[in-house]
Amino acid sequence: MDSTPAVQVADLVVDRGSARVLDGLTFDVPAGRVTGLLGPSGSGKTTLMRAVVGVQRVRSGRVTVLGAPAGSPVLRSRIGYVTQAPSVYGDLTVRENVRYFATLFGLGATAADAALAEVGLAAAAGQLTGDLSGGQRGRVSLACALVARPDLLVLDEPTVGLDPVLRAELWQRFADLARAGTTLLVSSHVMDEARRCDRLLLLRGGLLLADSTPAQLRAESGTDDLEEAFLRLVRAREEVPA
Amino acid sequence: MTASTTHRAVRPPAAFSPRLTAATAGRVLRQLRHDHRTVAMMLVLPSALLGLLYLIWRDQPTPPGQPSTFDTVGLAMLAVFPFVVMFLVTSIAMLRERTSGTLERLLTTPLSRLDLLLGYGLAFGAAAAVQAVVTVAVATGGYGLDVAGPLWVVVVIAVVDAVLGVALGLLASAFARSEFQAVQFMPLVVLPQFFLCGLLVARDQMAGWLQVVGDVLPLTWAVDALQRVGASRTPDGRLWVDVAIVAGAALLALGLGAGTLRRRTG
Repeated sequence: MDSTPAVQVADLVVDRGSARVLDGLTFDVPAGRVTGLLGPSGSGKTTLMRAVVGVQRVRSGRVTVLGAPAGSPVLRSRIGYVTQAPSVYGDLTVRENVRYFATLFGLGATAADAALAEVGLAAAAGQLTGDLSGGQRGRVSLACALVARPDLLVLDEPTVGLDPVLRAELWQRFADLARAGTTLLVSSHVMDEARRCDRLLLLRGGLLLADSTPAQLRAESGTDDLEEAFLRLVRAREEVPA
Repeated sequence: MTASTTHRAVRPPAAFSPRLTAATAGRVLRQLRHDHRTVAMMLVLPSALLGLLYLIWRDQPTPPGQPSTFDTVGLAMLAVFPFVVMFLVTSIAMLRERTSGTLERLLTTPLSRLDLLLGYGLAFGAAAAVQAVVTVAVATGGYGLDVAGPLWVVVVIAVVDAVLGVALGLLASAFARSEFQAVQFMPLVVLPQFFLCGLLVARDQMAGWLQVVGDVLPLTWAVDALQRVGASRTPDGRLWVDVAIVAGAALLALGLGAGTLRRRTG
């Protein structure tokens, strides 16, 4: 296993209008692991992921992905990005969507069918994507990223709207991918999902509250409940005057 | 090196890939194919509207030695229809790409901006070719539209005009935040060109500055090209200069459109 981090972020600052969205973040994302990016809605998770993928205008700081500056053309065949809202074509069938994205990465129909099976949508392959439920559309969107077998998968809230069984299956799938060498950066606002990650980044108000592992976080905060651990971290931070 | 980084060569994507352009054109056409009503309207609407024009002027006397009003106006409409339809369809399609997040996603893949724009141009250009063949066939066969020159030239002009519509539609979509705004760009972009192209008032009878404005609007040259092919069995080289001007305007708009596809946004 490669010991060089897949993503290195140093002093990252992002402004949106006059508001500071990310305020000087520094952290590494280890290769071949599932790193969870957790925090409440509006904490800057999506902006951070966009910066890693290279589509976010950045004020200052450095983001290095797989050894190259974020957004480098060489990275385009190596990163899979799944946005929070399913970004697929509603007026194409499920299979047509995944095949199109497969083609963009030089892959064929076999790879597309395999990706569809991975997200449990093989039976819906011929259906129009726009006719599916929100959760199913999200899985089509995920399949369109999985199909390229990227080295880094950036997934923005991939389990929103999924039933518990499917959510468990997907997290199992993420763990399998990591074991095979893929690096995953997965955001969630559900603390329950934090325990499934190898590493955790806790984000709040554009600041990094914790860069840790679930076990370490539990030990440091003196609770087994990760939600409670997060709350204690927030309170501890607020008691210290800035 | 992890196991997964060795499975393929890593190199920067090309600025233009025929394979990815074709894949994108195929994808756009497949989207169109699932929308039966749009396909039906694309194919039938221009012919139906031309039929209405035909009926309006059918019983009007034509001064001897002059082409009938329908021959003049109907022929020019063969440039206007594909331009308007493709402008609208493309600006909405591209606006959807921008608002649904698919554009942002595409820009993180090896697909280049040129591939994307040419893919759209190719797909809607092909749709326009089918539309033009149907419309020209109905106009000449059904309504007796009189075209002196070869009909294939009429189809070529219609297709180039459609590509111009695609290019301007792509560009316009960058300035629209909603579909309400996007559809209103249609009268803004189309009507001044229609008013000034010489169809309503002959261009040499307009005020000088209006002629100058008309000179820089590409539809003027598309209509001029159609009038040349309509009037002469063997149209001269001026016709192809007209077509080249329209094609050049389309390329210019495509280039400007590429500039509006930003990989990094706030």
